[in-house]
Amino acid sequence: MSGPHYPGFDTLSLHAGATPDPATGARATPIYFTSAFAFKDSDHAASLFNMERSGHVYSRISNPTNAVLEERIAALEGGVAGIATASGQAAMHLGLATIAGAGSHIVSSRVLYGGSHNLLAYTLRRFGIETTFVDPRDLDAWRAAIRPQTKVLFAETLGNPGLDVLDIPKVAAIAHENNLPLMLDSTFTTPYLLRPFEHGADLVLHSATKFLCGHGTAIGGLLVDGGTFDWQQAHDKSGRFGELCEPYDGFHGMVFSEESTVAPFALRARREGLRDFGAIMSPHNAFAILQGIETLSLRMERHLANTRKVIEFLLAHPAVEAVSYPELDSHPDYQLAKTLLPKGAGSVFTFSIRGDRAAGVRFVDALKVFSHLANVGDARSLVIHPASTTHFRVPGAQLLAAGITEGTMRLSVGLEDADDLIEDLARGLKLSQKGA
Amino acid sequence: MQGIQGRPAYCYGGGKKFDPALPSAVFIHGAQNDHSVWILQTRYFAHHGFNVLAVDLPGHGRSAAPALASVEAMADWLLAVLDAAGVARALLIGHSMGALIALEAAFKAPARVSGLALLGATDPMKVSDALLETSLHDEMRAIDMVNIWSHSSIAQKPSSPAPGFYTMGGARRLMQRISQINPAQLFHTDFAACNAYANGLAAAEAVRCPVLFIFGNADMMTPPKSTKLLTAAIAHASTVRVEAGHAMMAEQPDAVLDALYGFATSNA
Repeated sequence: MSGPHYPGFDTLSLHAGATPDPATGARATPIYFTSAFAFKDSDHAASLFNMERSGHVYSRISNPTNAVLEERIAALEGGVAGIATASGQAAMHLGLATIAGAGSHIVSSRVLYGGSHNLLAYTLRRFGIETTFVDPRDLDAWRAAIRPQTKVLFAETLGNPGLDVLDIPKVAAIAHENNLPLMLDSTFTTPYLLRPFEHGADLVLHSATKFLCGHGTAIGGLLVDGGTFDWQQAHDKSGRFGELCEPYDGFHGMVFSEESTVAPFALRARREGLRDFGAIMSPHNAFAILQGIETLSLRMERHLANTRKVIEFLLAHPAVEAVSYPELDSHPDYQLAKTLLPKGAGSVFTFSIRGDRAAGVRFVDALKVFSHLANVGDARSLVIHPASTTHFRVPGAQLLAAGITEGTMRLSVGLEDADDLIEDLARGLKLSQKGA
Repeated sequence: MQGIQGRPAYCYGGGKKFDPALPSAVFIHGAQNDHSVWILQTRYFAHHGFNVLAVDLPGHGRSAAPALASVEAMADWLLAVLDAAGVARALLIGHSMGALIALEAAFKAPARVSGLALLGATDPMKVSDALLETSLHDEMRAIDMVNIWSHSSIAQKPSSPAPGFYTMGGARRLMQRISQINPAQLFHTDFAACNAYANGLAAAEAVRCPVLFIFGNADMMTPPKSTKLLTAAIAHASTVRVEAGHAMMAEQPDAVLDALYGFATSNA
């Protein structure tokens, strides 16, 4: 390789944000299981509180273990700062609440994880934040839904569960033409498959519980500021972002956009959102997620390889009506996926079983290697019936619009031997047709 | 701040209002940067007995374009900022190109400079033909080259401006943003100004005020061996070395602050 270059993905996965522990030399990142951090003296205390020095005060605001994770995800995404939260839901809430308040409006893809839909459609509405849901493939709908009160456009990189591939460059262009940022939930893709900031997104969040942790152990979320959105310019043109560009009474009149030219969002999210909402990640969970990230690329390669073998099997099986996966030319986003997801379209996908709902129940109950539960991105293979679980609060019409029927099954393909997964699915499919 | 040489200019005050009774510290950023590279140091100074004027140089960040094409012109502009702020005498703190501007301002108006703190400074500040060429034709690549050379680590602690910030990523985005705000090949203009500046040694030999050099032991942009001419020209200067690359204010914010504040309080 000629000329200077940044460290590669795998090097960053292992080293970004982490040095040998200055106190002990420990090479792995220690779990700093402490609520608070002693000040050197009174001046040091005051200067930490007043953002004159960087450092840790109280683990609700920052923690050394969490900081390694935050800096690592920022490096892997190509962003400027990360914030570790108690869950993916907390990351989404923190991201939205940092710039939106009563009277604000959000434009969101209608193809969302059920929990995200709940937050936008019901809970934030109770706090005066309204959301318009649009078909993520309908660019005119995105444009038409924007109002003067709109603060952000929101979508998933791969819609759950139909794997609608968001045309990030085009939706980002619509956002930016309207002086708005684009915030994406990148849980299904991880930075290994897709780095949204390279395509125009401005803010990224993850349910780190999924592939980043990778072992189905720790609940956690990550919010990443890409440093790409010019909040000051957008505020000058639209008046939308006083939270970042005007004096904040809650921090001695601090104007976040003056403090940081590129990351006022991350500053406010930490200084206000972690301080006041307090939905922080335990350092123990941060450690577990860091362990997962160390092998992210290795695991994602195996997830993809297994997924492709499983899909090949399902496509040939007579009990399978349809398989929805962006690497298949039958998927409406096949071409877009080739551009945005050249490494692969992840290991979560849906397929439909021939027969009625009972056939689906027989299928799920027959599986022995696949676990029936509400999660994705585990090292173990998982299965769920979205219509009765993750998406059961979503109205029927919206379910259909999201590509979910009574017979839809969602698989999250894990790291087991592909032959064992296929054998398990074969047994389930055979039994699913027995009562038909 | 309005009307510096007829164009709007911006100075960050460290979160405090200007108090004419206090000594003033002027912070001058380097090429393709703005005031925010000094964020921790400036906030500390402003809350510990100093007026802070952390400038955005013309064409950088919030100060109106066009950029100025020579170190001498930037020094004149800086002195005009002092006039506009009503600052008769100040401590000048400059990083890289900003250090040359501080040095030249002290040469032009020695009575107005109470002390000089020069970070990542060298003279002559020659920029390689390859980097000059790249900055002219592929500014984003030049930004990445300089960003990689300016950082000694992907895991400096404490990260700046706060835990959770990836300093190398932040520095890259800042240079990209400066380019986005002013797409008129600013990086090349800055590099050309550094490259052409020929008065550094004469200015250094004329300095009589207290001087502090801060160097990064891992600085690849202005490596320690390249600084000998400049340090030899100011025999009375003191030198502090920090474990950092060229982006030392972000990589070692506390060490840089402690050196600067100790120097400032001794020479205010």
